[in-house]
Amino acid sequence: MLKMTPLNQTHRDMNAKMVDFGGWDMPLHYGSQLDEHHKVRQDAGMFDVSHMLPVDIKGDNVRDFLRRLVANNVDKLTLPGKALYSCMLTPQAGIIDDLIIYFLSETWFRIVVNAGTADKDVAWMLKKRDEWAPDLEITPRRDLAMVAVQGPNARAKVWQVIPNSQSATEELKQFQSAVVGQYFIARTGYTGEDGFEIILPAADAPAFWKALYAAGVAPAGLGARDTLRLEAGMNLYGQDMDETKNPLESGLAWTVDLKSERDFIGKQALSDTVVTHQLVGLVLVDRGVLRSHQQVAGQKDDVEYSGEITSGGFSPTMNQSIALARVPTQITIGDEVNVIVRDKKLRAKVVKYPFVRNGKVLV
Amino acid sequence: MSIPTHLKYSKSHEWVKSEADGTVTVGITHHAQELLGDMVFIELPEVGRVLKQKEECAVAESVKAAADVYSPISGEVTAVNSPLVDEPGKINEDAYSAWLFKLKPSNTAELDGLMDATAYNELVENEDH
Repeated sequence: MLKMTPLNQTHRDMNAKMVDFGGWDMPLHYGSQLDEHHKVRQDAGMFDVSHMLPVDIKGDNVRDFLRRLVANNVDKLTLPGKALYSCMLTPQAGIIDDLIIYFLSETWFRIVVNAGTADKDVAWMLKKRDEWAPDLEITPRRDLAMVAVQGPNARAKVWQVIPNSQSATEELKQFQSAVVGQYFIARTGYTGEDGFEIILPAADAPAFWKALYAAGVAPAGLGARDTLRLEAGMNLYGQDMDETKNPLESGLAWTVDLKSERDFIGKQALSDTVVTHQLVGLVLVDRGVLRSHQQVAGQKDDVEYSGEITSGGFSPTMNQSIALARVPTQITIGDEVNVIVRDKKLRAKVVKYPFVRNGKVLV
Repeated sequence: MSIPTHLKYSKSHEWVKSEADGTVTVGITHHAQELLGDMVFIELPEVGRVLKQKEECAVAESVKAAADVYSPISGEVTAVNSPLVDEPGKINEDAYSAWLFKLKPSNTAELDGLMDATAYNELVENEDH
C-alpha cells in the first residue's frame, strides 16, 4: 500500500499523473513537466513535499545534541528562525541523510529530513538521544504537510494567500524562517529560485493548495522538481550521495565544519580521508541525453580516468543535456570528457555548477 | 484520444501508414508518448539504411527515459523527418502527424501481421490494468 500525503486527492482532482516514489504515491506532472519547469523559472509553481518529514527536537540543550549529531556546525545558528543545511554522517563519514535544521529557540529545533530516509533518520536520532541526552523529546511530525512555492513571483503570491504573512516574512533573508499563525514559513527551496517552503497542519493543506492555485501558482510535480534541482546543482540523496559516499566527494565540503573544536559523528573519518573523487557538472557537447549511471571514461595527460554520472537529464532552461558526475580529482573545470551513452562516446564539458540560478544560465 | 483506424500498429507502439506510392510512414503512438512524457531528443536512422523487422532503428528520449524505436516491418529507409530533431515536442502535440521515417517495404506480407486499431486498443487497455 502506497503512502499518501494530505494532498493526494487534490492532485488526482487536478489530473496529476501519479507515480510510486519510494513508496509514496506522488504527482509526477499535471500535464507537461517542461511547462511546469518553465513556470517555476519564470513565475511561480508549487510542489507537495509532504512526503518529507519535519522532526521536532525539544528540551534543554538541544543545541549540544546537534553539535555532535551533524557535520555542519549549529553554532552558526544564532538568530531564531535561521536554517542550516547539513549532512548527518555515520562514524565512517558516509552520508545517512542531508537535512535542514531550523533554530526556533534553545529548547526547540526542527529538522526536515528526506522521505526515503525518514525512518532510519529518526531511528538514528533516537539511538543517539538515548545515549547522549535521554531527556530530549524527539517527535516526527506526520501531522504536518509541506508545500514549496518557488519562482520569482512565489513570495508575492504566498502573501496574497496567507493573511498577515507579508509583514512577517518580507524581511526574511535566504535560509531564514518565521511563524505566522499556524504556518511555518521558510525562505528555502530546491529549485534555485526564490520562494518559500511552508509547513502547515495536514488538514489545512488542500484549501491552502487551492488558494495558491487561484492566485496563479502552477502545480508542479516531481519531474519538474528534479530538473529544477539538477539545474540548480543541488544534490539528491540516494543518487548523488548515500551512506557509501562522504560529503567531501559529494560536493558538500562547504557543509562540513572541521575547524571548530567540537567533535561530531564522522569527524575523525573525514579528517583521515584522502579525497580522490569530486562531484562536477557536465554539459553535453554532442547530441543526446545524459542519464544517471552512465560511465565517464577517457585519458588525461596519459592517465586513464573513469567516473560515473550521478544525476543526468535534459535541462529545459538551457535546452541541452546536463549532469552531475563523480570523477577523479585529476579532472578539472574546463576539461572535455567522454561519456558512454548507448555504446557511443559523447563529448561533455566539465563545468562548475550550479548551471542555473534565479532564472539565469551560469555555465 | 481515439486510435486512428486508417493506421496499423506494432506491439512496441509504432504506427504504420501505407502510402499511395507503396512506401510506409512510421511514427510512435499517442499512447507511447503519453507513457514517456515530454520528448526532448530524437535520433533518426540514415536514409538508405536497410532494416529488418523489429530492428532497433531510432531513439526517442523524454524528460523521463530513453526508448528504442523498432522498425515495424523490413525495408529500406527512404526518408526521415529531420525537422523533428529540433522539435521533439511535436510528438507530444500530435503523435500521428509527427512521423519519424519512411520505408520501402521488402516484404509487404509483414504488414498483414500488424494490428489494426481495435487490436491495438485492446493491447493498450490491457497494459493499463
